[in-house]
Amino acid sequence: MYSKDGESYFIVDAHIALWDARPDNQLNVHGKQFIDCFYDYHRNLSPASELWPYEEYLYYGGERLMKDLFTDGYVDHAIFQPARLGAFYRNGFGQTEEAFALARQHPDKLTYNHCWDPRFEQAGLDQLRRDAGRFGLKGVKLYTAEWHGDSRGYKLDDPWSRRYLETAQELGIKNIHIHKGPTIRPLDRDAFDVADVDQVATDFPELNFVVEHCGLPRLEDFCWIATQEPNVHAGLAVAMPFIHTRPRYFAQIIGELLYWLDEDRIQFSSDYALWTPRWLVERFVDFQIPEDMDEYPPLTVAQKKKILGLNAAAMYDIPVPAAYQLTPAVVA
Amino acid sequence: MSGHPLERAVHAALGQVYDPELDEPITDLGFVRSVDVTDEGRVTVHLRLPTSFCSPNFAYLMASDAKDAVTALADVTQAAVLLDDHHDSELINRGLAADAGYRGTFGAEAESDLEELRETFRRKAHTAAMERTLTSLLRQRPELAEERLYDVVLGDLPDAPATRALLRRRADLGLGTASTDPVLVDEHGDRFPPGEIPLRLRFARAVRISIDGNAHFCRGLLRTRYPDSAADQTPRAEEPAYAASPTGSATHSPMNHPVKENVS
Repeated sequence: MYSKDGESYFIVDAHIALWDARPDNQLNVHGKQFIDCFYDYHRNLSPASELWPYEEYLYYGGERLMKDLFTDGYVDHAIFQPARLGAFYRNGFGQTEEAFALARQHPDKLTYNHCWDPRFEQAGLDQLRRDAGRFGLKGVKLYTAEWHGDSRGYKLDDPWSRRYLETAQELGIKNIHIHKGPTIRPLDRDAFDVADVDQVATDFPELNFVVEHCGLPRLEDFCWIATQEPNVHAGLAVAMPFIHTRPRYFAQIIGELLYWLDEDRIQFSSDYALWTPRWLVERFVDFQIPEDMDEYPPLTVAQKKKILGLNAAAMYDIPVPAAYQLTPAVVA
Repeated sequence: MSGHPLERAVHAALGQVYDPELDEPITDLGFVRSVDVTDEGRVTVHLRLPTSFCSPNFAYLMASDAKDAVTALADVTQAAVLLDDHHDSELINRGLAADAGYRGTFGAEAESDLEELRETFRRKAHTAAMERTLTSLLRQRPELAEERLYDVVLGDLPDAPATRALLRRRADLGLGTASTDPVLVDEHGDRFPPGEIPLRLRFARAVRISIDGNAHFCRGLLRTRYPDSAADQTPRAEEPAYAASPTGSATHSPMNHPVKENVS
């Protein structure tokens, strides 16, 4: 939790990872290219005081994760959103066993979401049923640009993808986090396009679709579908750190999201360990839309509370102590 | 840049190659890493991108457009364009060297061509350019209600860089550029019904914010990855300010949304 100016904020970090990108785990040059790309994101968008050395960035382990999030970072609950990247890393990028063990050790603090890839077809579907039981899944993270054999991406409305979503619905896995990446099959079209999210959001109304990076780099396409689909949500992974480097751009992102969606469908995340939550939480609580950008109304304390934790807590049935819930006065 | 006339000509030709997503010349973005020319007219161009995971389809488009632009120069006898440090460098460079085309380069991953992708981003570039001019106009003429943008024609816009940018993007889409042509139009040149105008303008603003935001981020990432690229980058034009928001549109909500459709 975080308190400032007499207000207390319940913090849910809705997108975190425990990755291992050390050379021993890199399967090929793409493993190095991928983590180097992450590290450049980290270097480009972090305040100087928050920069990590490259070696620590490759692998940080569970102990450091617990400290960065819960001791230093004000986080009350965090959700693992693993990317497998089996074509780049021997034992995968997200460390399933380590993360799951940590979540079992701290069930009040951590939720483990797993991932699937519909291109494993029936075998993957059988695995999903086993995973749902073993991990007690409430959600999954889908990276549509995952490389798999000679395919380097898929769409959510592909036939096998639909079967996985049907199974998720049947198993009570309600929260589908979508992460779009640079590749898709075929390469003819824009890999970041979210039209497939639109399709499945219509066809699976019981599921929540949380589009990570709030659709960036296609904020506008995301907003256009999210305004039409009540079960589409915005995850703020990657968008958050612009609060430091380009606060006016951050104001535009938040302003547009609040206009096209509403304050109940936006979720904070640090995207740990791309960034750490402490400074992001502090900055967001202090943040205000610049006065001259009067096309956007000022952010309210209630909106900040919802975005920082109450929205994701509601989606994941995470108990929120009464002291952190919105009081009628704040709502008004 | 050296004084070799052919090198200057190559740079000028590359200045006509656009990043379709960011709607800027690859030279201004700092994507041209080096240009080497020989007295015999052999040209070698190296390109670099902000990350090794930039979309391969856009990477290929820029690299193949660069090769076409250089090859078209009269004094060029041989042109080689190489994309450095990308996850698909090997594949793309092999395809470019063999003039294999998009399908020849990407094989089974390519279905037909990249024309639809280009067209999608021409439309976005036009939408953003349209928003820049109209937002600017609303700021200069506070008495103008958003709905009245229906009547605004190209001749009403000032002779300014933003207007010229809009005309170029209209031409790219095959839209008219006569002074009597309406400004606020869809990709076919058709006006929106007046009732839809606030929403359409609002959406156009989201498109513009998205493109501008990406352009800034990509420039920054390129500088992080290649610190020496900073010297090659030309600053991007500043965003328009909204000193006077004519209709207080911030309080509107998109409740009366037009019929469901896809924009991309």
